[in-house]
Amino acid sequence: MPSSLSHLRALCAAIALLFVFAHPAAAQLTFKPTAEAVQEDKLLNALKEGDKITGRVSIPDTMASSLIQPAGRDWRDFQRSTLPIIGGIAILGMLALLAIFLMVRGRIRVDHGFSGTKILRFASFERFTHWLTASCFIVLALSGLNISFGRILIMPLFGAQAFATMSGWAKIAHDYLAFPFMLGLAIMFLIWIKDNIPGKLDWQWLKQGGGILANGKHPPAKRFNAGQKGIFWIVIIGGTLMSVSGWYMLFPYLPGNVTALQFWTVIHAVIAMLFIAAMLAHIYIGSVGMEGAFDAMGTGEVDLNWAKEHHALWVAEEQAKGRAPSKDGTHAVPAE
Amino acid sequence: MARVKFLCDADRCIECNACVTACKNEHEVPWGINRRRVVTINDGKPGERSVSMACMHCTDAPCAAVCPVSCFYTTADGVVLHSKDLCIGCGYCFYACPFGAPQYPKVGNFGSRGKMDKCTYCAGGPEADSSPAEYAKYGANRLAEGKLPICAEMCSTKSLLAGDGAIIAEIYKERVMKRGYGSGMWGWKTAYADSPTG
Repeated sequence: MPSSLSHLRALCAAIALLFVFAHPAAAQLTFKPTAEAVQEDKLLNALKEGDKITGRVSIPDTMASSLIQPAGRDWRDFQRSTLPIIGGIAILGMLALLAIFLMVRGRIRVDHGFSGTKILRFASFERFTHWLTASCFIVLALSGLNISFGRILIMPLFGAQAFATMSGWAKIAHDYLAFPFMLGLAIMFLIWIKDNIPGKLDWQWLKQGGGILANGKHPPAKRFNAGQKGIFWIVIIGGTLMSVSGWYMLFPYLPGNVTALQFWTVIHAVIAMLFIAAMLAHIYIGSVGMEGAFDAMGTGEVDLNWAKEHHALWVAEEQAKGRAPSKDGTHAVPAE
Repeated sequence: MARVKFLCDADRCIECNACVTACKNEHEVPWGINRRRVVTINDGKPGERSVSMACMHCTDAPCAAVCPVSCFYTTADGVVLHSKDLCIGCGYCFYACPFGAPQYPKVGNFGSRGKMDKCTYCAGGPEADSSPAEYAKYGANRLAEGKLPICAEMCSTKSLLAGDGAIIAEIYKERVMKRGYGSGMWGWKTAYADSPTG
């Protein structure tokens, strides 16, 4: 018995000794757990732009693991200084350009006057799609501008309470109308892509400045000229960027990451300003800026002389297919 | 008047999460929202530190600057508060906040954001002090009762300090002098950088 006890004692001593030498305590002796702890200053200095100090949290909310993200202050500066400059230059600048253009060039007339004969330019489904997207766009643009500039421009007029109530409804409209807008965008892409592939004619059209400045000069164009193709692609690319960035804002728990959300909100805001400016030009030329242009999206039928001046090749194609009135102004008789 | 602040002495924080729990209980904070949280940096490595973080009640608060409906206001004590009646749940304050303070119940359109909720420094909201309406929206108004925020008051190691910014900064500096180390006044540079005097 005593001998086995002494064996046990020897074993214990050996194990204890093993702990002394093998345990990382030896390493800890060189590390000062207090003085060499993480320092906020060092972490902040080591941060790259847009980065954040993160750690571990015991609550089941991954977003809460971000401790400090100084980029929030940059985002504030973007909203307060950069965005108003971008938006102001884009939107006010475009309005000023259009006003100057109207004064210098005046309304673009139909050179040969109205013929009284109509040709179908946009079928009812095309017009429906256009106005679905357009009406959503107008509400989205106004409610979006309200988010960015309403506090400065509108709130002083109505007071904080009324403005907040209005903005609350505007936000709901913005959220819900995003979906029909995206639907319209998708349909427009599908039905108009075939007429909007850039070609050689577009280059000629652009070289002649679209005949916009020179009276009575009309470079030939098919269904859509280079300017209209430009608008199409602005809408498709701009609208897609707005949809993708907006999707993350509609479902903010999707990225679950404040840095990603900051990125998408900046994209959303900048593209929105440029998009609105481009659409102002589109609205101008489709209404005040050009005689006879609104009919295309109004009744869907444009005057034959307007069509010949702006889309000579398209008119020829339509006439060849028997879908348009012939040169003498009589309607082609459809085969029974 | 004093300019009140929070200061977390991370060298004292033992990550017990009592501040988180006390806050949730004091204000009956809704499920899924934590006005205060404890983040552990370098978890499991030598020199790890835990920091208790909530709204820092910033100078020139980014949330207030970007709010589209101007629902934020700063009290005479320097506490940043907001009105849930005005809030439209757009999320801008969340993007701008350096400390992840604004949070939202998921009751908005498509289960996104409802009205924002954040730390009030136990100072309620725009409603009458300590009224049931104020309590329902923002929780208890301890400041109106002459008390400091519950999280700091019950911190067992006195890691989390609340009160006049100048005084708690002085307490922290004395601690650092005495013990010879300190991992920093977490968040102060980011929250109060615009006011060199603090």
